[in-house]
Amino acid sequence: MHDLQCEGLTKQFGRHIAVNNVSFDVPRGSFFSILGPSGCGKTTLMRMIAGFEEPTSGDIRIKGTSVISTPPNKRSVKMVFQHLALFPMMNVGENIAYGLRCRGESKADIARKVTAVLDRISLPGVAEKQVSQLSGGQKQRIAIARCMVLEPDVLLLDEPLGALDLKLRERMKIELKLLQNQFNTTFLYITHDQSEALVMSDNVAVMNAGRFEQIGSPQELYNNPRTGFVAGFVGDNNRWPGRVVTIAGGEARVELDAGGEVIATVSDGNVRAGAKVEVFVRPETISLGEGKDGNRLSGAVDSLLFNGANSRVLVRTTGGNLIEVSHAVMDGSLSVKPGDKSDISWRREHCLCFSVAG
Amino acid sequence: MPRSDTGKLSLILLFMPFVLWMVLLIILPQIGIGYLSLREKLGPGQYTFSFANYADFLGEPVYWNTLLRTAWMSILVTILALIVGFPVAYYIAKIAKQRSRAALFLMCLIPLWVSDLVRAFGWIVLLRETGLISGFLQKIGLIGGPVELLYNDITVVVGLVYTVVLFMIVPLVSTLDGMDNSLLEAGYNLGGSRFTVFRRIVVPYAMPGIVAGCIIVFMLTAGSYLTPILLGGKNSMWFTEQIYEQFVTRYNWESGATFGVLLLAFTSFIVWLGLRLTGQSLASTVAKD
Amino acid sequence: MNVAAPQSTFLRWIYGGYMLAFFLYLAAPLTAAAIFAFNDSIFPALPWKGFTLEWFFGSTEPKLGMFNDRRLMEGLWNSLFIGLTVSALSVIVGTCNAFLFERKQFPGKSLLYVLMIVPLVIPGVILGISILVFASMIANGVEDTLDLEWDFLRPGTFLVVLGQFSFLVTITSLVIAARLRKFDVALEEAALNLGASRLRVLATVTLPYLAPALFSAFVVAFLVSFENFNTTLMLVGSDAPLTITMYDRMVKVGSTPVLNAVSVFLMMGSGLLALLSIVAQRGKDQPT
Repeated sequence: MHDLQCEGLTKQFGRHIAVNNVSFDVPRGSFFSILGPSGCGKTTLMRMIAGFEEPTSGDIRIKGTSVISTPPNKRSVKMVFQHLALFPMMNVGENIAYGLRCRGESKADIARKVTAVLDRISLPGVAEKQVSQLSGGQKQRIAIARCMVLEPDVLLLDEPLGALDLKLRERMKIELKLLQNQFNTTFLYITHDQSEALVMSDNVAVMNAGRFEQIGSPQELYNNPRTGFVAGFVGDNNRWPGRVVTIAGGEARVELDAGGEVIATVSDGNVRAGAKVEVFVRPETISLGEGKDGNRLSGAVDSLLFNGANSRVLVRTTGGNLIEVSHAVMDGSLSVKPGDKSDISWRREHCLCFSVAG
Repeated sequence: MPRSDTGKLSLILLFMPFVLWMVLLIILPQIGIGYLSLREKLGPGQYTFSFANYADFLGEPVYWNTLLRTAWMSILVTILALIVGFPVAYYIAKIAKQRSRAALFLMCLIPLWVSDLVRAFGWIVLLRETGLISGFLQKIGLIGGPVELLYNDITVVVGLVYTVVLFMIVPLVSTLDGMDNSLLEAGYNLGGSRFTVFRRIVVPYAMPGIVAGCIIVFMLTAGSYLTPILLGGKNSMWFTEQIYEQFVTRYNWESGATFGVLLLAFTSFIVWLGLRLTGQSLASTVAKD
Repeated sequence: MNVAAPQSTFLRWIYGGYMLAFFLYLAAPLTAAAIFAFNDSIFPALPWKGFTLEWFFGSTEPKLGMFNDRRLMEGLWNSLFIGLTVSALSVIVGTCNAFLFERKQFPGKSLLYVLMIVPLVIPGVILGISILVFASMIANGVEDTLDLEWDFLRPGTFLVVLGQFSFLVTITSLVIAARLRKFDVALEEAALNLGASRLRVLATVTLPYLAPALFSAFVVAFLVSFENFNTTLMLVGSDAPLTITMYDRMVKVGSTPVLNAVSVFLMMGSGLLALLSIVAQRGKDQPT
């Protein structure tokens, strides 16, 4: 059973196609993210699901029933807005009670439900406070509670963590996931931050220029990207342009534009001999020095970038490409220093190549 | 689609009051006085289309002298209001401490809400022969007998500047308020002197406010009636007085309407010229707040 | 250090002195007018003959106080009536205009926006005479063709209301539109999303947000209407508002301390209202 299904959803603004033939299903109770750069159409997609935009074509079904002709205030889809949109003219309790009042529930029911939901988000007793008295994280939870008290079929979240500072964002990621588990409601989460999507989601759709590039679990997207865009957008990656020399058994011999030759796993159907491709290698799969049964490029250490567990060694190949190599432990024991000659190597299956249009 | 229908309906509903207001109270009445000004009375109930009213205006030096005098005094008042008001606005927006700023601004605003009549009346009490200043000067022995300070051009200008300077200060404060001090700091940091920083940074930044203030002040001055009449006396030669006289005293509506059209055309021309010279538009200045 | 301020102490003193002189200039005529409201003399002039409140409350000639002066009181009531009516109308139409220009898209919008501002830069006298002329044309036309007497189109309270309304709408529209521009449309969408009807959204979210602007637009319109002279002068009938009554008194009788008393009364009234509007605006802006 799917809580939310979109089929061939398209939205056109004049000549500009914001959302182009998007289809996906969100199973009940799952955490589904749509990940894409700004301007990729993900907000338009969400606004169509909430009912604020009318699709040019396609269908939206909630629990199997089409809601295309349902006005936004009648849909059982609630939304947490980017800047939360908590009503400043009402206190916290009134904010949460707003939807219940609109439904015409009795005063006693409203009071009971508001208290219950505040307990569930572990903010008991804030009902009388003004919105401006809350911290960023508390506001976040109130915005979610305001929707959840209505027991919606789907909760939409439009980059709600964007305005928070880094530390709080990290904490809220975990908290959101816990809340989703607790309420057991379908969450549709929109973000441009890949780490938010990877950490919280059961499934992620990567969106680019109005289309879905790939839908899959976070691991699938990270390890088996199906397009160059996904490979480049999800996680850190080294990316080099090149040209295919020969293909054999799902592996291509690629001559890099900047010089050097690598063997890469062919990852899409358009990679042919002579075609222009892009080669992707994740920094953590590369090691300094000679490896066996793999690719090897020679170069020299350019600089060391210390960033705790995400520290990198930057290696400039003889061809001139600048390559990031992960080096999680960067303490005094590091044997290389800038200027040293050093080879780098990685296994063939960690090296993916995708065709480039044109 | 039902939803776009409600959108159209609400657009039409919102448009109605605007259109009624614009057409019935602004556009048609202006056309009305334009029409009236082009009508010559031949006899009771008999009219003909002619430019006779405009010819009358040109033929009578008192009329066009009054218009020219009104215009140049209005320009003078506008310039003086800018000179007097700018330092005050700058002080309020940039120098005063946060707390005293609101108080100072309030002090500037309170006289704004007192009618022209009360203000002019205050000046009369101060300046006339038996007024406070005359009395004070006699008391300290500076002058021998009572002195009449009313009914001269200087008094009219002082009174007019007083009446309108607040309308200059308010838009100036709101534009200057938006100017970040770091702009000035950058100006000095890059080697600017006080004068160049003022001329190249402060003045251009404040331009929309300056233009807005000048337009409002100029229109208010040119259209003012009470201050020049009460402070300038019967011979103040203010153009609005002519309009009033034609309408009320002589009951010559055709000629009054002509004067109205001329005043409107003249002031609009000067406002247009001012906007043109400063490269601003009406929407970017007057409507800014 | 405040880079905007003059750096030398001497210049700072001069600047401070200038500000002081300016505020003295602002205060002088108002203070002068106010002082003589309390002078026990039949002329608003020196010498000082002692303190009195007769000019407010006196009940016999020649010191008939303003509260017992029938014509002044009638003028005050007329002003109140006109002011309240015209402010209510201007706020309603101003709200419509604000929504029209802030929320709707239509061809020719920027041109119409300029048109909306225009009444502010038409001299008040001209608004007065043009409405007078236009109304009379209609009234004459109706009289000639239909043989009807439409008295409300002759000078009188109705025309005064129309005349003041014609330019006050611009002011209220600008005040309300400025607030509406700062409104986050997401709040309305959030309310819709939570199940509210359009009307309910307007009543529970949008209008409460606009309330301070509606209030201050009303106060501004009321004060401007109350003190308006130029437009009103051309349209006034037998039931004149206060400023016109005062002006008549000044021209016909000459200045008398009762006018000073009215001035004091007006200053206090307008000052209080203006203050109230500012306090209301501030109270809503920073909820604590």
